[in-house]
Amino acid sequence: MDLELLKQLNIERAARRAAVLVTDLDNGSGRLVLEGESISGELGSTVERGFRSGKSATVEADGRSYFLNVHVPPARLVVIGAVHISQALAPMARIAGLDIRVIDPRTAFASQERFSNVELLAEWPDEVLEQQPLDAYTALAAVTHDPKIDDFPLKAALDAGCFYVGALGSRKTHAKRVERLKELGLSDDQISRIASPIGLDIGAASPREIAVAILAEIIDALRKRQVTDR
Amino acid sequence: MESADETLDPLTIAERWSGEGRDVAVATVVETWGSAPRPVGSHLVIDGGGNFHGSVSGGCVEGAVVSEATDIIADGKPRMLEFGVADETAWEVGLSCGGRIRVYVEKLG
Repeated sequence: MDLELLKQLNIERAARRAAVLVTDLDNGSGRLVLEGESISGELGSTVERGFRSGKSATVEADGRSYFLNVHVPPARLVVIGAVHISQALAPMARIAGLDIRVIDPRTAFASQERFSNVELLAEWPDEVLEQQPLDAYTALAAVTHDPKIDDFPLKAALDAGCFYVGALGSRKTHAKRVERLKELGLSDDQISRIASPIGLDIGAASPREIAVAILAEIIDALRKRQVTDR
Repeated sequence: MESADETLDPLTIAERWSGEGRDVAVATVVETWGSAPRPVGSHLVIDGGGNFHGSVSGGCVEGAVVSEATDIIADGKPRMLEFGVADETAWEVGLSCGGRIRVYVEKLG
């Protein structure tokens, strides 16, 4: 293993960026592929599959044998709003393998009593996100219904390229939100990435069912995301 | 990243050891069959003095990998090692879980 490759890989991992270390098992040579880089041929499509699945594997490609060590940061979910939906979403997300954090400046909502065993921050989202910025391996769901709380983190999530950005609200509410986000300088393309109405269309009615719909939509976004030519 | 604690991460340790001027070999699980204790992609890093960090199994084959690593550090040539209950050496370095693994060991440098 080339020492410079290892150093570069460690930098990528520390920065929560995905990378695949490709080792040619016939001659021992290595190559580091960063997410978003595209490689031609059969090897390219297997590397792309690796980024998407997060699974390391020995593969045959273009007549050679390679080992792909896939380093993908663990997916995180940031929920804005310590509401009823979030109470159901938090344990479900954890079961599905996502690290979850709930942020809500309203202390009546963000109480440990309502959210036991969940990382809960009773602070304004802008303050939290300044300390712990969002990234491409983070999903953000804004569910407070309150523009004062939701708008800033939605903009931050779109700017950071979060793999999923969802916002609770009716079509009418969302139309108003779109106008506000445009005033904040976001482009139509960026705004169109927001999943709204939030959640897969499974006819969810109760807060718990909406949590299921949101979680399913997040997994869909994670596993089907574009990993090349971004 | 498997561990948020950098001090326990084998690849971070490998870089650090190398920076201290130690010879280092990196062993990686590249294939598993059946029930294997550590997933594909797991690392064990070994230095020239036989110190090691991380794991490629539940402790069953680390000893064998460490001794191979010493040779690999000496001649610089990577090697593919295979362990499993089907091995003739199973008694010494087999996997008690009944699985089989292939471990690629290479010198860092």
